[in-house]
Amino acid sequence: MSVRLVEITKEFKDMDREGGTLVAVRDFSLEVLDGELVTLLGPSGCGKTTTLRMIAGFEVPTSGEIWIGNKNVVNDPPNKRDTSMVFQSYAIFPHMSVEQNVGFGLELKGYPRDTIRQESRRIMEVMGIAELAHRRPDQLSGGQQQRVALARAIVNKPSVLLFDEPLSNLDAKLREQMRVEIRRIQQNFKITSIYVTHDQAEAMTVSDRIVVMNKGSIMQVGSPFEIYSRPANRFVADFIGKVNLFPVKVDSLQADRYVVSDSKGRQWCAASAAPGIQIGETVWFMVRPESLVVEKTDRPGAKSENLFVLASGVVEKAVYLGATVDYDIAASFDRPVFAVSHDPVDVGLWSIGDKVTLKYSPNAAHLIPMDEKNKSTENNAIELVCQQYQSRKT
Amino acid sequence: MHSKQSRAVAEIKRTARDPILFVGILLVISSLLIFVLYPLVEVGLTSLDVGNGSRGLGVYIESLRSPYIMKALVNSLIMSTLTATIGTLIGYVFAFAVTRAKVPGSRIFNLIAVIPAISPPFIGALAIIMLFGNNGLITWNLLKIQNFPIYGFNGLLLAQLLTFFPVSYLTLKGVLESMNPVLEEAALDLGGSRWKVFWKVTLPLSIPGITSSVLLLFVETLADFGNPLILAGSKFPVLSVQAYLQIVGMYDLPKGAAISMLLLVPSVIAFYLQRWLVSRRKYTTVTGKPQQTTTKIVSSGARTFLFVVCLVVTILVGLVYFSIVIGAFAKVWGYDHTPTLDHFRFVFGVGFKAVRDTLMIAGISTPFAGLLGMVIAYLVVRVKFPGRQFVDSLSMLSFAVPGTVIGIGYILAFNHKPLVLTGTLAILLLNFIFRYIPVGIESGKAILASIDPSIEEAAINLGADSRRTFGKITLPMILPAFFSGLVYAFVRSMTAVSAAIFLVSSRWNLMTVHIMSQVESGNLGAAAAYSLLLVAIVLIIIGIIRAILKTQFGKFGGTMLHF
Repeated sequence: MSVRLVEITKEFKDMDREGGTLVAVRDFSLEVLDGELVTLLGPSGCGKTTTLRMIAGFEVPTSGEIWIGNKNVVNDPPNKRDTSMVFQSYAIFPHMSVEQNVGFGLELKGYPRDTIRQESRRIMEVMGIAELAHRRPDQLSGGQQQRVALARAIVNKPSVLLFDEPLSNLDAKLREQMRVEIRRIQQNFKITSIYVTHDQAEAMTVSDRIVVMNKGSIMQVGSPFEIYSRPANRFVADFIGKVNLFPVKVDSLQADRYVVSDSKGRQWCAASAAPGIQIGETVWFMVRPESLVVEKTDRPGAKSENLFVLASGVVEKAVYLGATVDYDIAASFDRPVFAVSHDPVDVGLWSIGDKVTLKYSPNAAHLIPMDEKNKSTENNAIELVCQQYQSRKT
Repeated sequence: MHSKQSRAVAEIKRTARDPILFVGILLVISSLLIFVLYPLVEVGLTSLDVGNGSRGLGVYIESLRSPYIMKALVNSLIMSTLTATIGTLIGYVFAFAVTRAKVPGSRIFNLIAVIPAISPPFIGALAIIMLFGNNGLITWNLLKIQNFPIYGFNGLLLAQLLTFFPVSYLTLKGVLESMNPVLEEAALDLGGSRWKVFWKVTLPLSIPGITSSVLLLFVETLADFGNPLILAGSKFPVLSVQAYLQIVGMYDLPKGAAISMLLLVPSVIAFYLQRWLVSRRKYTTVTGKPQQTTTKIVSSGARTFLFVVCLVVTILVGLVYFSIVIGAFAKVWGYDHTPTLDHFRFVFGVGFKAVRDTLMIAGISTPFAGLLGMVIAYLVVRVKFPGRQFVDSLSMLSFAVPGTVIGIGYILAFNHKPLVLTGTLAILLLNFIFRYIPVGIESGKAILASIDPSIEEAAINLGADSRRTFGKITLPMILPAFFSGLVYAFVRSMTAVSAAIFLVSSRWNLMTVHIMSQVESGNLGAAAAYSLLLVAIVLIIIGIIRAILKTQFGKFGGTMLHF
């Protein structure tokens, strides 16, 4: 069943703040399609969990509507909503066995004992926890508790499945395993799902679409590819992965490519731009580090013939990680350019002081709007911080 | 302002969508108002009644001018202060000896300090009369002294110390156990002498616990009724007894009420001061679990001293129970000590109605008090509703109010319309239920605060309404609190006397009140037999509850068995 949030706003009382309210979520509108998995992604305190809890009914929006299918459920208590939640702490009932935990939702709905048993068994088989049926929760590992929590949510065949940072208590390896598992189960049962996390890799793996949030507002909604490669603004670009941003002016649009130039007259082009960018506007020119090719200036590689030159510079730092090499390259920008070189065996491994040329493909370059305050002089903010620091010292 | 109001309205509307929860909250609030606050308001109003239907401070002025009542006020305050300080001193020595110095016989000392907590509060007074009174075992039989001056200040102080030092011991034991011994070891390691370490580290760390104990003992002694009624006599009037005598002896309701107010004010102040102190106490609980400690932190001389103090107190407490046991089986205490079952024949014969009534009243009120305590703890910790704070403080109020005051409040409030309850079983039950919920609430709140709220949210999310969430999830998780609430409520309803003495009638009577009247009529043997039976019943019931808890809920592992 689809879920539709219409202009949800949630304010909390907070006496420490001016006006006594804290706006946790502001004018949030979203439609999650039937069978889709949408992730709410953002830093802590961005309102993602509050949004999820409003869908579940644990919080009530100050204004707005929540539709599950064809019903506005905004005034329904949580127990009357057809949602099942997987909690961050798993929230396994400590006084019940695994099987009792899994069957609890069905028991509440008044199903006959045999049906509850059958259904619980079936789901536990799917989740690979059938042999744990009679265990007590305190005898389970973190991963097993996670599976119980998921089984307990799915067995009810809810209209909407809600995940509240379900993997944050697991270790790194198990986390990777479980996110694939969650995706598999969700696809298997085709349950409309809303997933909250602050882990971008997790969001990338499990989602059909990602909603990036900051300070209670939506920053961008899109597929994992769009969010990562075509961010709508600086916040999204910064939040997901690492990024190089150069201030440029948009000169023209030629053959579907934006031609831009920086203050030193260097000209580049980008195949895409965030919506609303105009010719003549000052914007950020964005290239991800792994899209940059680092070549010795005196020894251009054969692979990079179709690439454009970004700049030339000197290797300032090189960190060899085996599969990749991380470079900081000084190339007369405000800060070093960050580049990740793949397959160093083939491309070559450069050391500090080497003269190199940075190349990029216009397909990997993207333009995003500058924040209003940065438009005039992009260094203002840095200068201000320096001044404050100076004045504090004296 | 507007949005605040509309928010409150919205909150009420939302709560109303869960009818069981809504009705539950309304029931809790209204019953607390009726059975906790209303009686106190009645006491206040009655104390202002100057006759002819007009109100004023006349009764207070009259009371303050009366030298006898002023003497009672001063006596009460002096007695409470002395008991609080000396009792805390003994409690601290006991707690330090048992938890820190680990003197030989620690287990026995611990037991000795716990037993009085489950005995009727006036058992000390009874035993003191048996030992030091006119026919006293020690004064008359051994020393041949007649009319030893045990009535009045000396006897009362001794009785109250014996009755209340366990409260201090239990409080301070918790504080000392939670104190990390590594701190003391570090101080020793830095070269401090043992004496210095005690004064500079251990004692300062236990100050909040000590203050808390002093205030608790002050409140309890001020409210104490049984001991002074037996021992104080007319030469040493105290407030609680005077309030009782004004009402029961002179039928002077306004004066009784005014004396109650004099009693109520210092109690409530000390009680809320204690709670405030505990709430801001930070550094006493450095770590959660009792740790392995070295006994090297006290010198052998100090250990000997601690041991001797504990031994003396233990012998005194031992004498109390010894005289009760012997007294229950002796023909005529002080004259003829041939063993007999006469007193028990009396108790199980003519006097058995009181035993039956007591068991019935405690048996009915205890589960209600336990359950209500858990419901209130759940509402206060987990449910957002307007007036939550109010419910919290109101439910704790019955802890602070002396039994005499609440007893007077009940007879004032429930002997006229709209609720006429005097002389019924209901008034005793209601009194016990609302008086003995605080311990259950406190431990329920403590356990709930340590349980992740998402466990309950998970149940709601799976479709459970508030009643099923509470019954199937919350209650099983806070069972240990439920049972400690039950035990407390049971022990207290079995041993209560101060409020109950106003509420008993010929139809419904209590063992404790019977014991008091046996003492007053000089029938010490019967009083001892009743007391012994009472302690035995309490011990048996606690044993049964523990056994149930072990066998029925042991399978849920350590987390379920805090009790």
